[in-house]
Amino acid sequence: MARTKIYVPRETAAVSVGADEVALAIAQVAKKTGTDVELIRNGSWGASWLEPLVEVEVDGARIAYGNVTADDVAGMFESGLVSGGEHARRLGPTNEIPYLINQDRWTFWRCGLVNPLSIEDFELHQGFKALEKAFAEGTEAVLQTVADSGLRGRGGAGFPTGIKWRTVADAPGEQKYIACNADEGDSGTFSDRILMEGDPLGLIESMAIAGFAVGASKGYIYLRSEYPLTHSILSRAIATARDAGWLGENIKDSGFDFDIELHLGAGSYVCGEETAMLESLEGKKGIVRYKPPLPAIEGLFGKPTVVNNVVTLASVANIINLGGERYAGMGVNRSKGTLAFQLAGNIKRGGLVEKAFGVTLRELIEDWGDGTASGRPVKAVQVGGPLGAYIPAEQLDIPMDYEAFIEMGAMVGHGGIVVFDDTANMAQLARFAMEFCAFESCGKCTPCRIGSTRGVEVIDKIIGGDHRDENYDLLVDLCDTMEDASLCAMGGMTPYPVRSVLKYFADDFVSSKEK
Amino acid sequence: MARIDEQTTRDIVAQFNAKPEMLVQILQAIVSRFGWVPSATIRQLADELNLSRADVHGVVEYYHDFRTEEPGEHIVKICQAEACQAMGSRELTEHAKKTLTDDVTLEPVYCLGNCACSPAVMVDGKTYGRVDQSRFDDLLKMMRGND
Repeated sequence: MARTKIYVPRETAAVSVGADEVALAIAQVAKKTGTDVELIRNGSWGASWLEPLVEVEVDGARIAYGNVTADDVAGMFESGLVSGGEHARRLGPTNEIPYLINQDRWTFWRCGLVNPLSIEDFELHQGFKALEKAFAEGTEAVLQTVADSGLRGRGGAGFPTGIKWRTVADAPGEQKYIACNADEGDSGTFSDRILMEGDPLGLIESMAIAGFAVGASKGYIYLRSEYPLTHSILSRAIATARDAGWLGENIKDSGFDFDIELHLGAGSYVCGEETAMLESLEGKKGIVRYKPPLPAIEGLFGKPTVVNNVVTLASVANIINLGGERYAGMGVNRSKGTLAFQLAGNIKRGGLVEKAFGVTLRELIEDWGDGTASGRPVKAVQVGGPLGAYIPAEQLDIPMDYEAFIEMGAMVGHGGIVVFDDTANMAQLARFAMEFCAFESCGKCTPCRIGSTRGVEVIDKIIGGDHRDENYDLLVDLCDTMEDASLCAMGGMTPYPVRSVLKYFADDFVSSKEK
Repeated sequence: MARIDEQTTRDIVAQFNAKPEMLVQILQAIVSRFGWVPSATIRQLADELNLSRADVHGVVEYYHDFRTEEPGEHIVKICQAEACQAMGSRELTEHAKKTLTDDVTLEPVYCLGNCACSPAVMVDGKTYGRVDQSRFDDLLKMMRGND
């Protein structure tokens, strides 16, 4: 009998719920039963709620089994796993799972599909085609295609990528850098991680394209230290690409030199802010810089630097392959293309959903997420990380669109969607926003450093019923100051979640006893 | 965790070619090896990297990862961020505080990127998801079994 391919993700979420134990059990049972199995540790498809998701390849098609435990494995073999046999865990063909097929997979299409550390597998799936095309068409064509795509920074700020790249390309100087921001610190976000673990070579290819387009010979990836598995996969992928001649000097005789250095963060949330990240890459405290000068003019070590988020960069390869217009053809208004939404918190079907902009919050939470994990009604949804507003359940019909969110005092950010059920205490969450800011503030500017601590105190007084009306006004005033006078988004946007609680959930500041 | 010694620190510095701009990376390597950064190491790093002690001290103090006190034998981090709060991480943290013994250092962490499988916990550098109180207790038993 031919060798059977079995896929078990080596991805943080899957491993966190037992994928390694499942893989080990499969290897053991296969050995015991004399079954010829090739165990492939793929990335995750992003349906985290189904992890560990095991797949077996039968006649070229992949059959999925969800929420597999190590204890299930022997029984699965007995019921004919290698031929995709019936079992309580069997979900059917992977490419018929509604959660996955109803997406617009542009950036994440290789995640789950391929062996992330195999150059052969990568090349079988369009790998390095975009870089070769870039070499053939030249830098100007790449810059134009990226501009045409309408791609904007997926880290949260939404700045047009084409303009940033053009600025760096036009900046004078011999040495330029690509700095990939993989400091994915926002709660409720994990798309960078899923991409780096599932398709690290895709990120490497896109970084090389960026380097080629702007004239940078060196790239850095700044990865948060909370992602140890990602670090291991990414460092192996970089070494693999280097061995295969896709990184290094004179890549594939193109005359273009490019290499990547992987740096670890050290647990500072502010280092996700681009200038703080550059400071940290230089080995210093991650303290925010004044802007201007923009990093595109004076960035890492004072040189022109493209700072882009992981997903932004990784979207580029397919934009080069398929054309900027095609990408711009998806989405709504000025929000072009797709975003990898991340369903998190109290949600039944949490995971990653890559979808064109314009999809509504309700569709994501109800159609994909299937409501709360607790089965209770949704009370609030925080979109865009800890600096994003809390959106009440009545307003879930808002389309995902950068400008539509800004208009309602919220932000799309990095696409994280954290769901809370009706047991959530929103006053405590408002307090937490200030507390988190106090804990993470880099301390450079006063509104953030001092304001956040005062914010916690004032909220405590409001909750405690101490001069509630006066302190309420004081809190609004404090929010104004932080928003208007902070150096970066840390202090400048911490008021967003706080104000949204004041606006939509003011009742939660009054204890149930008082009511 | 290994006892910190000057030679290993010197070797780590050499791995990074004694470049001062690699200070964060060097400290990260030291902490992953020894668990913390003693003040003697701060002095040594300042000498070897030709930085002032204040510079090195500032960087050590700035980052949450760089402990200046020796941790317990095991390090447990429970995510305190919003997604895990929505799934009961505050209650889990209370439970942990009640049950943990002195050999375990309990630290807050703000997001492990496992927000679709909340609450998330890191035990000795490995991330676990869907951790309710009974699974937490099981993880601790497993942790001790690995001693």
